[in-house]
Amino acid sequence: MGTTGTATGLGLTWSLRGRGPEDVPVLADAGPPGGLPAEPATGRGVRVCVVDSGVERDHPQVGPLAGSWVVVKDGDTGEITVEPTTTGDTCGHGTACAGIIRRTAPDCEIHSVRVLGERFSGTGDVLMAGLRWAVEQRFDVVNLSLSTTRTRFAQELHSLADSAYFARTVIVASAHNTPVESFPWRFASVISVGSHQEDDPGLHLYNPDPPVEFFGPGQNVSVPWLGGRTIRTTGNSFATPYVAGLCARILSAHPKVTVFQLKNALYLSAANVHQGPRPSTAAGDTRDDSEN
Amino acid sequence: MTTPRTDSPLASAAAPADGPRRELLQSVVDVARAIFGAAASSVFLLDEEADELVFQAVSGEGEEFLVGRRFPAGRGIAGWVVTSGEPMVVDDLTTDTSFDRSLAESTSYVPNALMAAPLISESRILGVLEVLDPSPQARSSVRELDLLAMFARQAAAALRVITPERAPDGPAAGGRALDGAQREDALRLLVSLEQVLRGTG
Repeated sequence: MGTTGTATGLGLTWSLRGRGPEDVPVLADAGPPGGLPAEPATGRGVRVCVVDSGVERDHPQVGPLAGSWVVVKDGDTGEITVEPTTTGDTCGHGTACAGIIRRTAPDCEIHSVRVLGERFSGTGDVLMAGLRWAVEQRFDVVNLSLSTTRTRFAQELHSLADSAYFARTVIVASAHNTPVESFPWRFASVISVGSHQEDDPGLHLYNPDPPVEFFGPGQNVSVPWLGGRTIRTTGNSFATPYVAGLCARILSAHPKVTVFQLKNALYLSAANVHQGPRPSTAAGDTRDDSEN
Repeated sequence: MTTPRTDSPLASAAAPADGPRRELLQSVVDVARAIFGAAASSVFLLDEEADELVFQAVSGEGEEFLVGRRFPAGRGIAGWVVTSGEPMVVDDLTTDTSFDRSLAESTSYVPNALMAAPLISESRILGVLEVLDPSPQARSSVRELDLLAMFARQAAAALRVITPERAPDGPAAGGRALDGAQREDALRLLVSLEQVLRGTG
């Protein structure tokens, strides 16, 4: 983007030197009015990565995967690699997330990177490597229904989340619903999601009392599972792919929007957000400029 | 998932519970089973060095022979819960032929529904509490899941109390027995929680 980069010959500076507004034009996309795009926005052209337990191949409710990868840690050397895989899903959870994304944004491109099911995959660094890989691949949306409680990863995750934010990769991360410090959902550079208790499968809410910023449908949700089957399930982690799917829909209709615009679109379209009266410039006078 | 095994050379890292720990963990699964009207309940503890989950206590189906069995920590629903630290409910599982095959083989029992919550104490995930086939009234809602997570947190706190000097290789190592009064306190904590949850306290 270069709007805050280093001007030639001036050394490192984070202010604009030797250039004016005309040198840093931005062709903006205001995003959809009201937050969510109209129905024709189906996620087409948007690359979504599910960082989880893998995704079952050819599940009828998921459809074809555009890519399938696994993070492997060598028990002796500790070396971590990301490799192509055909091993599918070790749990069912990743398939469930992919299915929710598919039905929310039917035409998006779904990739999977499996960070569970191999030995030592619960050590935090495998999750870290999988997320880093996804950010480096410049996916448009990364669905992360996992977090780590290991504080030694917090700083690195924070940097990674910020890098993703600036590179327009939106990380949609599940909030912990127990009072435990975990990451990266707590960071402002990701979109954090918890579950509400409503039955409406198309309802999302903004949380006026963060750190978790949005709530989506996570109770008694019908999802694809192993063996081509369908089950019902409950948990914060199923609200997350719904919001990831919404992001894919917005991006398919408005590919230029930034991560902060995406967050604003979700905010504007949340069922509990209403534009109320605000103070006018005339003291003591208020007016309601809501169009709703 | 591989078949659970009991012959790990690292079995000592998650050794069978001693008297007070066994009593506590058995109480946890008995109470969890009662709260949710479930067919069975289990506690798995994480053996970090072996990267395995170990059955430490079972109430109901499999009670006689599952304790001590191990399986890879990154697999199955318990594996997801212990890695994510998040509780989860799954329902309508009997139509899923590939579900948790090793458990099905070893117990001849495949649940239709399963609730699982992490045992977390001081931001450390010690293991997983599972409830199999809870009564239909006691599952699939966020509220019930919160209840299980809350109870699991209570159980983890009690486990922490009863295992004060935990070795780096896992919660099951290095514990010492509580004296009688401390043990009574820990067990009383669980009983009073059960009363609260059942609305009889």
